[in-house]
Amino acid sequence: MSAANFTTEIVVPPDLTAKRSWRSVKSAMMTGLMIASVLIVALPLVAVVWAIFSRGLGVAFHGFPAFFVDEIPVIARRPGPGMGPAIVGTLLATGAATLISVPLGVAGAVYLHEYGVTNRFARVVRFMSNVMTGVPSIVMGLFIYVTWTLRFGYSAFGGALALACLMLPVVIGATEQMLRLVPNHLREASYAVGTSKSRTILSVVLPAAMPGIISGSLLAVARAAGETAPLLFATGAATEYNPNLFVEANTALSLQIFGNATSSFVAAQDRAWGAALTLVLLTFVITLVARFVTARFARRR
Amino acid sequence: MGSQDVDKGSVGGPVIRLPAPASSRRERPAPGPDAERNVVFALEKLEVYYGAFRAVRNVSMQIFKNEITAFIGPSGCGKTTVLRCFNRMHDVTPGARVAGGLRYHTADLYAPHVSATEVRRRIGMVFQKPNPFPKSIYDNVAFGLRSRGVHSKGELDTLVEKSLRSAALWEEVKDRLRASALGLSGGQQQRLCIARTIAVGPEVVLMDEPCSALDPVATAHIEELMRELKRSFTIVIVTHNMQQAARVSDRTAFFTTEVDAKFGLRTGTLVEYDSTEKIFSNPSDERTERYITGRFG
Amino acid sequence: MSEEPSIDLRGPPEYGDRAFAKLTAGAAGLVLLILGLIAITMTRRALPVFGEMGPRFFTSTRWSPPDSIFGALPFIWGTAFTAAIAVLIAVPISLGVALFMTQVASPSLARPLVYLMDLLAGVPSVVFGLWGVLVLSQLVHLGRSFLTAGIILAIMIIPIITSLSREVIATTPVGDKEGALAMGTTRWEMITETVLPHSAGGLVGAVMLGLGRAMGETIAAALVIGSALGQITLRALAPGNSMPAVIANEWGEAQDLHKSALIALAVTLFAITILVNLVATGIVQRSMKRGQGT
Repeated sequence: MSAANFTTEIVVPPDLTAKRSWRSVKSAMMTGLMIASVLIVALPLVAVVWAIFSRGLGVAFHGFPAFFVDEIPVIARRPGPGMGPAIVGTLLATGAATLISVPLGVAGAVYLHEYGVTNRFARVVRFMSNVMTGVPSIVMGLFIYVTWTLRFGYSAFGGALALACLMLPVVIGATEQMLRLVPNHLREASYAVGTSKSRTILSVVLPAAMPGIISGSLLAVARAAGETAPLLFATGAATEYNPNLFVEANTALSLQIFGNATSSFVAAQDRAWGAALTLVLLTFVITLVARFVTARFARRR
Repeated sequence: MGSQDVDKGSVGGPVIRLPAPASSRRERPAPGPDAERNVVFALEKLEVYYGAFRAVRNVSMQIFKNEITAFIGPSGCGKTTVLRCFNRMHDVTPGARVAGGLRYHTADLYAPHVSATEVRRRIGMVFQKPNPFPKSIYDNVAFGLRSRGVHSKGELDTLVEKSLRSAALWEEVKDRLRASALGLSGGQQQRLCIARTIAVGPEVVLMDEPCSALDPVATAHIEELMRELKRSFTIVIVTHNMQQAARVSDRTAFFTTEVDAKFGLRTGTLVEYDSTEKIFSNPSDERTERYITGRFG
Repeated sequence: MSEEPSIDLRGPPEYGDRAFAKLTAGAAGLVLLILGLIAITMTRRALPVFGEMGPRFFTSTRWSPPDSIFGALPFIWGTAFTAAIAVLIAVPISLGVALFMTQVASPSLARPLVYLMDLLAGVPSVVFGLWGVLVLSQLVHLGRSFLTAGIILAIMIIPIITSLSREVIATTPVGDKEGALAMGTTRWEMITETVLPHSAGGLVGAVMLGLGRAMGETIAAALVIGSALGQITLRALAPGNSMPAVIANEWGEAQDLHKSALIALAVTLFAITILVNLVATGIVQRSMKRGQGT
């Protein structure tokens, strides 16, 4: 044993601590900017929600359920509730629009994905459907005015038509996405048992895509509920209850908010805040249901 | 023994000898003038194109009733492509085109008036990866029956049980028919897919590498099942597992890829088709021999 | 020679199947039908004012309904100006958020952010307008002006630019990013070297889509823009007007030729937004396809 053969060295572990340098500082700064932008985005949302609740809560729930049920004061200056007719109007117009646009949108998307994957017609429709999502809502409103209102007068149905035009491309887009997610081997399994194409779509593909289609459509509905411009030209500005979809002018929450926002009367402005709260709550509930449906679908799989 | 020797000779043609093999498992009926009645599929210079590319060329062979025919060969040799011709599955692939002759019991499968749906009612398919519907076990098997108009509960119950028994799955699932099919193991799911396929009473069951996604125990179950099913159905199976082909099939067809002079790309083609015993003990073509002895592929 | 019964492979006539296919095709065609109808019917209604004003409709700066003079230029300018302001504000912020969500945040942090964005996108335009008119313009002493409208519009288009940018950025191949990091780059350098160059095209498209949306947003703009006439100016703090705002505000009391003029404005708006969206959608689609190919 020759101990003399060991060389004693103090082995220094490599220094792996972070070095200060302009590059790392810059990267940290940029990350800071990114975080700042997230905060900036959160700011107006928080501000708006705060304003809605602080200004609208009292109005909407004072003497519950007065606000939701009473008629709209014809004299704007008069304080007090309510927005009942507007709620009915919003529900009517949005509901009818959903009944029109969702089946048509799903059918259209089925064609685009199941029948027309390669043909020119489908490609054009798909492209233009995307483009159509960007058509300003005011243009849709005027379109319905020119084609419907002039002939049939103001009504909730006219508003529903305008909203349906707005919703259609959104439903088509969301549905097509969902259809794309249905794995092909499910279709093949159905074909291999000798099932026709239409039956395959109805019995296998659509049920598999349904939760996604529902949640996508609900998001479109939520957006439609808040639209103002299309209704301006199709629904009118009634103040009384009008549960009739087809006859006579109607109103909606969004229309009321628009009308009252520029009013110089505090009472009217108050009602606008109450209506805004109602509308946001309605949209929120619809979005929650959409998320719930997606989550339940994820769990079942 | 009458024999039809379709020997195309040396230039890349398939070597087909039709005299029936003597299976090690049971006696086969001697072929002869009766051979024609036993023919289920007759292929004549079948070709498949994907767009302009010829993926498979010059396949001529016959498939016989109540036999298990295996397609073997290296990847890309076209065995699955040919299989999918039998039930018009290429219809759902954009750009795919089938040329040449393919007859199912003297009827031309690709005649213009032929309904693909009708074809698939008689010729079923089981896929490589089990693909049960996201429905209950019962509904999976009943699916095909319902789309044929069978709606009475009594009838459905009977037929579902019959199919599940034939697929050797009944005992394992009889107490949970309403449970989701996705909760079954891989092997069980594949047997469910088989049950679903045979429930509608096809004549032929095509199987595209049915065991490649399964473990050895499940594979053994399915192979056992195939031997049972052979009595009532005609089975054509694609497999990359040569030993499996040797174990279960009566006849084996060996495919390979060749450089297609016309396109400069590799195209699939049939090399040799004979009784399994012959193919694995004394193949006629050198390429077959190289493949089964493992020198390539 | 054995005789086999010939097999009939025709199957039952499947009328339902074919009808289904035609029905769905018809539904898809509705998209084209509606777009076409919009263009045709609205243009027809707008013709009277074109007859009256001719091309001066687009070049004149005077808008005076009582005199039957309709010059749309100030409103076209206003639309472009507010949209530009909105985009200038929204793009850096959206990009920052998108990068944060994809490159910096952990998945559990990114999820609530997605909800945040959805909430923001879910607040109706009119509610933002209400807030803008009764809160923002008082608060920040901005009054109703191009700038206020630009800010509100920016808030509204941030969600869509962010979500599209996120989709485009997500197609950056992980291999590229890891390669950069493996060479010892900082996170920011990795972003500028791999993520941004890869996503550049798609991001441009996303921005253009946001631009298109900002141009078409009616209600919020109508409420806060100030409804002033004849203003072509770069003074962002001045009250101004834009096409959608004018249409919304003047519609109630408009008579025939006036109505026709407003419809003409809508047609112009339609044409411009369709054009911007066409180009933008094309860019985004092409970049997504290219991105997935690498």
